[in-house]
Amino acid sequence: MKFKSVFDIIGPVMIGPSSSHTAGAARIGRVARDLFGRQPQWAKVHLYGSFAETYKGHSTDVAIIGGLLDYDTFDERIKTSFEEADKAGMSYEFIPETGHVDHPNTARIVIGDQDSEMSMMGISIGGGKIEITELNGFPLRLSGNHPAILVVHEDRSGCIANVANCLYKYDINIGHMEVSRKERGHMALMVIEVDQNVDKEVMDELKKLPNITQVTRIAD
Amino acid sequence: MEALFRNVRELVERAEKEQKMISEIMIEQEMLLTDRSREDIMIQMDRNLTVMEEAVEKGLKGVHSASGLTGGDAVLLQAYREKGNTLSGDLLLDAVSKAVATNEVNAAMGTICATPTAGSAGVVPGTLFAVKNKLDPTREQMIRYLFTAGAFGFVVANNASISGAAGGCQAEVGSAAGMASAAIIEMAGGTPQQSSEAFAITMKNMLGLVCDPVAGLVEVPCVKRNAMGAANAVVAADMALAGVTSRIPCDEVIGAMFEIGQSMPSALRETAKGGLAATPTGKWLESKIFGGAVVGSGQ
Repeated sequence: MKFKSVFDIIGPVMIGPSSSHTAGAARIGRVARDLFGRQPQWAKVHLYGSFAETYKGHSTDVAIIGGLLDYDTFDERIKTSFEEADKAGMSYEFIPETGHVDHPNTARIVIGDQDSEMSMMGISIGGGKIEITELNGFPLRLSGNHPAILVVHEDRSGCIANVANCLYKYDINIGHMEVSRKERGHMALMVIEVDQNVDKEVMDELKKLPNITQVTRIAD
Repeated sequence: MEALFRNVRELVERAEKEQKMISEIMIEQEMLLTDRSREDIMIQMDRNLTVMEEAVEKGLKGVHSASGLTGGDAVLLQAYREKGNTLSGDLLLDAVSKAVATNEVNAAMGTICATPTAGSAGVVPGTLFAVKNKLDPTREQMIRYLFTAGAFGFVVANNASISGAAGGCQAEVGSAAGMASAAIIEMAGGTPQQSSEAFAITMKNMLGLVCDPVAGLVEVPCVKRNAMGAANAVVAADMALAGVTSRIPCDEVIGAMFEIGQSMPSALRETAKGGLAATPTGKWLESKIFGGAVVGSGQ
């Protein structure tokens, strides 16, 4: 069941013109910004499939930049996001790609600042609903059906137990969990789908745990 | 958590068995699956309804898109309708003009509520605010209209698709029109089964509709497809209320829509490469709007 809520169907409230190519695009941008944890200074956005063919007409580019500026789908500032990006000192570039991807509405967003960079792949599956399929080379299966917590951490023993214990303390049930790493002893990623939205208090506590680099939540 | 219904058959059966309206089953499922209170859910839908009302009002005052391709038709239609001499009937043209109003606002990057998508956002509110004048519903009944529409959209989204890039316009305006038709039935006092028949009849007449937006903009032919989606919904609702049924069951019609979408070439699924987008005038408009650059070339 990809769509769980009636508000996936009757909603979102959004700036036009396209739920998949504008609202979905803004959401993909905003998740990228969330995962990065701060305002990026530059963005390279690779567009595939229908996104690549029609992004100008649908204002997909404007919407993704709006998302990277932390705007919601109904934020009027999406319309002038290019100007807003200039003001915020964020440079951006759009690269339409011809390579084959599984889903017709796919974007790969590479963002960064002087300290670090991040790459994320998102797809817009219709009606403004999105899924994240890759983060920094880690394949993800973030369905978007449930709220989720993404934890970037050092690949050390105890990290998973600490995070699970913290969630248990707040009575948060884990519905699905995946852990992946690219190389032993380096960076690893936990993707935890939970049954209810997670409060800031829990997020703050997770961030304080040892060997945790970054914690982000994706609300339902 | 198990859904209360996975297809239209289960939805109708549950409504009949429990003697509830389809909107009520949708509200109960929302409470169950998202763990929210009824009040919370009703308030959110009330807000969405307000967004729809404001979009229609704005569109009826007259808006124009940045490209200049669309705008102002809702004003023309209302002025014509007010003369009281329409051929297709007052309610039908009212629905058409309000659907157009919503999509003109959408094309002009105004605020709308996607139902189920932005490109198809005109049909459900267009029909709602037209039928409202005839049936004089309460605010709660208007909110319920959106839940009934949402219940059918929920089935289509999970069992087929509501994305033009995946399934063509039939998945967007086709779904929206079916959803509207089913919702009209409930507001008019029809049965859950009649909602299902109305959805099936509407969708059958939207099958095969391609997504071929000129210059990739959600304008031509999207705005007018919403107009006809609204008309289709109202007529199919009348047919179902008259007792006409669909020979092919609703869920199978939805299945057929999905299969047709799967076999549609990519040129006809929101890539602006085929259909009306590829006509000489479509191409000319594209180059005019984007200053000679071809969309997707990266220029």
